[in-house]
Amino acid sequence: MNFIRRTVLGMVAVAAALPAVAQDDSIKVGEINHYKRMAAFAEPYKKGIELALSEINEDGGVLGKDLEFIFRDDQGDPAEAVKIAEELMTRDGAVMFTGSILSHVGLALSSFAAEKGYLYLASEPLADSLVWKSGNPWTYRLRTSTWVQAAMLAEEAAKTDAVTYATIAPNYAYGQDAVAAFKENLTRLKPDVEFVAEQWPALFNIDAGAEVQAIERAKPDAIYNVTFGTDLAKLVREGGDRGLFDGRDVYGLLTGEPEYLEPLGDEAPEGWFVTGFPWYAFEDGTPEGTFVAAYEDATGETPKIGSLVGYMTAQSIAAAINAAGSTEGDAIREAFEDLQVSGTPIGDLTYRAIDHQSTLGAWVGTTAVEDGMGVMVDWEYKDPAPYMPTDEEIGEMRPAE
Amino acid sequence: MAFFLAQFLTGLANAAALFLVASGLSLIFGVTRIVNFAHGSFYMLGAFIGIYLMEILPGHVGFWAAILLTGVAVGLIGAITEIIVLRPIYKAPELFQLVATFGVILVIQDLALMIWGAEDKLGPRAPGLRGVWRIFGEPVPKYDIVLIAITPFILFALWYLITKTRLGVLVRAATQDREMVGALGVNQAWLFTGVFALGSALAGLGGALQLPKGGADLLMDFNIIGEVFVVVVIGGMGSLPGAFIAAVIISVLNVFGVTYLPQSTLVLMYVVMAVVLIVRPYGILGREEVAGEHGQVGAPEQPIRPYGRTGILAVTLFIAVLALVPLFAEQFVMTLIVDMIVFALFAASLHFILGSGGLVSFGHAAFFGGGAYAAALLVFHTGTPMELAFLFAPLAAGMLALAIGWFCIRLTGVYFAMLTLAFSQLVWSLAFQWRGVTRGDDGLVGIWPSDWLNAPAPFYYFTLILGVGGIVFLRHVIHSPFGYALRAGRDSPRQAEAMGIDVKRVQYAAFVLAGVMAGLAGGIFVFSKGSVFPTVLEIAESFDALIVVFLGGVKTLAGGVVGAGFMTGVEDWLVRLEYWRLLLGLVIIAVVILMPEGIVGTLRTLWRRMRNDDEEVVK
Repeated sequence: MNFIRRTVLGMVAVAAALPAVAQDDSIKVGEINHYKRMAAFAEPYKKGIELALSEINEDGGVLGKDLEFIFRDDQGDPAEAVKIAEELMTRDGAVMFTGSILSHVGLALSSFAAEKGYLYLASEPLADSLVWKSGNPWTYRLRTSTWVQAAMLAEEAAKTDAVTYATIAPNYAYGQDAVAAFKENLTRLKPDVEFVAEQWPALFNIDAGAEVQAIERAKPDAIYNVTFGTDLAKLVREGGDRGLFDGRDVYGLLTGEPEYLEPLGDEAPEGWFVTGFPWYAFEDGTPEGTFVAAYEDATGETPKIGSLVGYMTAQSIAAAINAAGSTEGDAIREAFEDLQVSGTPIGDLTYRAIDHQSTLGAWVGTTAVEDGMGVMVDWEYKDPAPYMPTDEEIGEMRPAE
Repeated sequence: MAFFLAQFLTGLANAAALFLVASGLSLIFGVTRIVNFAHGSFYMLGAFIGIYLMEILPGHVGFWAAILLTGVAVGLIGAITEIIVLRPIYKAPELFQLVATFGVILVIQDLALMIWGAEDKLGPRAPGLRGVWRIFGEPVPKYDIVLIAITPFILFALWYLITKTRLGVLVRAATQDREMVGALGVNQAWLFTGVFALGSALAGLGGALQLPKGGADLLMDFNIIGEVFVVVVIGGMGSLPGAFIAAVIISVLNVFGVTYLPQSTLVLMYVVMAVVLIVRPYGILGREEVAGEHGQVGAPEQPIRPYGRTGILAVTLFIAVLALVPLFAEQFVMTLIVDMIVFALFAASLHFILGSGGLVSFGHAAFFGGGAYAAALLVFHTGTPMELAFLFAPLAAGMLALAIGWFCIRLTGVYFAMLTLAFSQLVWSLAFQWRGVTRGDDGLVGIWPSDWLNAPAPFYYFTLILGVGGIVFLRHVIHSPFGYALRAGRDSPRQAEAMGIDVKRVQYAAFVLAGVMAGLAGGIFVFSKGSVFPTVLEIAESFDALIVVFLGGVKTLAGGVVGAGFMTGVEDWLVRLEYWRLLLGLVIIAVVILMPEGIVGTLRTLWRRMRNDDEEVVK
C-alpha cells in the first residue's frame, strides 16, 4: 500500500509539476539523445560536450555566464524527443536544443523546431534531407553529410579501373541515401561503371554468410560498404573467411571511425578505402592533436568520432551565443548564419547560410592493422566544399523560406 | 548446383543458434504457458558470459568448456529469475506474466551495460576452426560445418530428455494438463523452475555458440526475439521438432531471400509466418489449443456494471478538473496530458478487445500507426486540410482492421496474437520501405493542425473531447448488448454459439471498432507531434499498449486508461535518471508481483475487502 501511495504521489507530483524557475545564473542548452539505446555512440559524444563545456566555462563562459547542458534521454523515439524538447524550452529555460544520433529523431526535432520557432542544432544525424529537402530556417547541422562522405569515396573509386560494383548497405534511409549518393557521384565521374549487385541486410541483423555469397555470385570488381557496428564485424569475418575481399577494391563509409574499427581488433579489414577518424596519428601541437590530448587527459579514454562531434557542438553553440550577444532564439539563429567558430580541432568552422550545413569535412584513408589494431594510414583531411552540390541545386532542393 | 548447396549449408549453420534459442522458448511456453519476452535477454547474457569465460579458459578444451559453462550459468540466472519474478504470479490472468518478463528485459539491459560497457564485443574464434573448407569449389567456413554437425546431436539429446526420461514424462504431462500433474503429487513449482532454467540454458548456449560468427552487443536481445518467436510459432508452440523444422525453413529461406530478393530482409520471415498460420492455424507441428485450457486462471470474474452515482460523480469531477487545466497550468503540463490521453485512448482500444473480447493482439500498433500515417500521407502529399485528413485516420485504421481481422479472427490465443504481430510487421515494413510514398524512416514531417487549433489550449480541448469521448464511448459499448455478446464469446464460445451469438462475427466487429479507436488516437497523435515515423508501427509500440493494459488490469474496465496514465507518468519521471531502464524494470516487476490483478483490479479487491463486501465471497 505504501508503494502504491508513493507511486500515486509521484504521478501527482509529475502531473502537477512545480513551475520551473531559472534558478541560477547559467545559460542552458537542451541536449536530447539516445543515451541508453545507442550507448556506444552517445557516451563519447557526451564526454566531448563535457570537455568543451569545462574549457568554455574556465574561460569565462558565454555572455559572462556559465554555459550548461541539460542531458535528456529520448529512448530513440521521435515522439518522446519532441516532448522533451518542448519541456526543455518551455519549462527548463533552455535557449535552444541540440542532439540526436538517429536521423529520424533529428528530423522530428527539426520539424518541431521550425513549427515552434525554436533553434535546433542537429549535431550527429547524417541524413541529407535535414539540411536539403526538409531543411528549414530553424535547423542547423554540424556533422558531415552522407552525400559528401560518399562523394569522397566515389572520387577515389573513379580513379581505379574497376567497372563493376556491388553495394551493401543497411536497409533503411541512411543506407539507401548512402548508396544513392555513391552511385550518382561515381556514375557522373565515370559513366561506364555498372552496379551488379545491391544488398540490403536488415540493420544490426545481417545474415553475413548469405550476403557474402550473394556478392561473390555477382563477381564485382569492387565493393562499396555502408554497414557498420555489429553488421560490419560479421561481414568482415564472413567475407574474410570466404575470400570475398581478395583482389577487390573495397570502399567503406564510416568504416574508419574508431566506433566501428576498434571492436574489430586485429581482424580489422586491410586495404579498404574509408572515411573515419585517425586520432592516433594526429601530431602534438596541431589543433586536432591538442584536442586528442585534452580528451585523453580528461576522460582517460581514447576519443571516438562522437567525442569530436560533441566537443564541436558545444563550441559552436558557445560561439553562436557569444556572436548573438543575446539568448533570444531568433538572435542566436541569425548569429548561426555564416557563423565562424574558431579554435576547433579542425581549425575554423563555418555554418553556411545557404543550407545551414557546417563546413566540417572528413578524414579519408586506407585501413591497415598495426599492433593488433585497425588503423587508417595514408590519410588526409578533406574539405567538404568541392563535394557539395552547387548552390543552385541546393536552392532547388531546399523549401523556400 | 554447388552454389545452391553452399547457400543451403549457410542456412543450416544459421539455423543452429536459432534452433537452440527457439527450442528453449518453446519448452518454456509448452509447460509454463509463459510468453517469455526476456528470452532474447538470456541469449544476450549467454554471448557476454561466453566471451568472458573464453578469455579465462584457453585452447580447444577451454573454448567448448566455456560454451557448456555458459549454458549452466545462464540456466542458473534463469532459475533465479523464475523463482523471484514469475513464481509469485502463476495464478495471475492468462499472459499476465509477459509483463513481468518485459520488466526483466529492462533490468538485464541496464545490468549488462553496467557490467560489460557500451562497446560491441567481437566473439573469439573457435580454436582450429578459422578459415574454410571447399565443398565442390565453394568456400564454406569450418565453423559452419561444425555447427551443422552439432545441431542434430542437440536435437537428439532434447528429444531423448523429453521422450525417454522421467523428467521428460513430467514435462510432457505438464504440457498437456498441468493441473492434473499437480494433483498427482508432482511439485509443479520446481518442475516449472527446472523447465525455465533448461530453456534459459538453451538460450545461453545459443548465445555462446554464435560467438565465432559474431559477437556480443547490447541490442542483440531485441534483434533475435522476433525471429525466435516466428520460429516457435511456425513450428507450433511447445513442439521441439517443429522448432527445428521451422528454424531450418526460416534460415534457409532467408539465405535465398538475400540472394534473389535483397530488399526482402525485413519482412520475409513475417510473410512466411502469416502464410503458415493462415494455412495451418497452429503451426506445422502444433496442437489445437483446447478452449479454456489456460484461460480463466484465478477467481471468476464479477459481473460488470456501470458506475454508481459516486463513480459517475468522481469521473465527472476528474474530467472537469482536466477541462480547467489550461487556466492554471503551464504549457508543458498540457502537452503531457495530451500524450497521456492519446496513449490512454490507444490502450483503451486494445483493452476493449483484450479485456472484453479475450483477443490478445500483439499488433495493435498497426492501427494506431496506420491512422497516424493515413492522416499524415494525405496532408503531406495532397495538402488536404487538417480537419478532413484527421477524419481519415480512424476511417483508414478501420479499413485496415477490416482487412487484417478477416485473416486473424479465425485463430485463437497465442496464434491469433502472433498473426496480428505478423500483419503489423507487414504494415511497418510498408511504411519503412516504400520510400516513394512514405519517405521511409525519414518520416513525414510538418504535419501540424489548422490555425484555429494550433495552440496549446485549443489542441488540448480538442484532444480532451475526442480522447475522453472515445474512451467513454468504448465503455458504453461494453455495457451494451454487443458488449455482453462479446464477453459471452470470450467466456464460453460454445454456450454463446448455442444462444445464437455468432461469436466470430461479434469478435470481428469488436476488432474493427478497436482499430477505429486506435486510429483516432493515431490521428490526434500525429497532429500533436507534427511528424510521424515508422516507429509508431513498431512491435515496441504494440507492446507498450499491451503492457499498460495488463498493468492496469485486464479484468477491469478502467485498466487500460489507468495503466496508460500510470506508465506515462512513471516513465516521464524515471527517464530523467541515469539508470532509468533498471528502475522502470524494477517498478514493473514490483507492480506485477504486488498487484497480480493489475492496478485497478487489485485496488478494487482491496476496496471490497475493506468494506467487507459480500459479493467477493460468492465465488
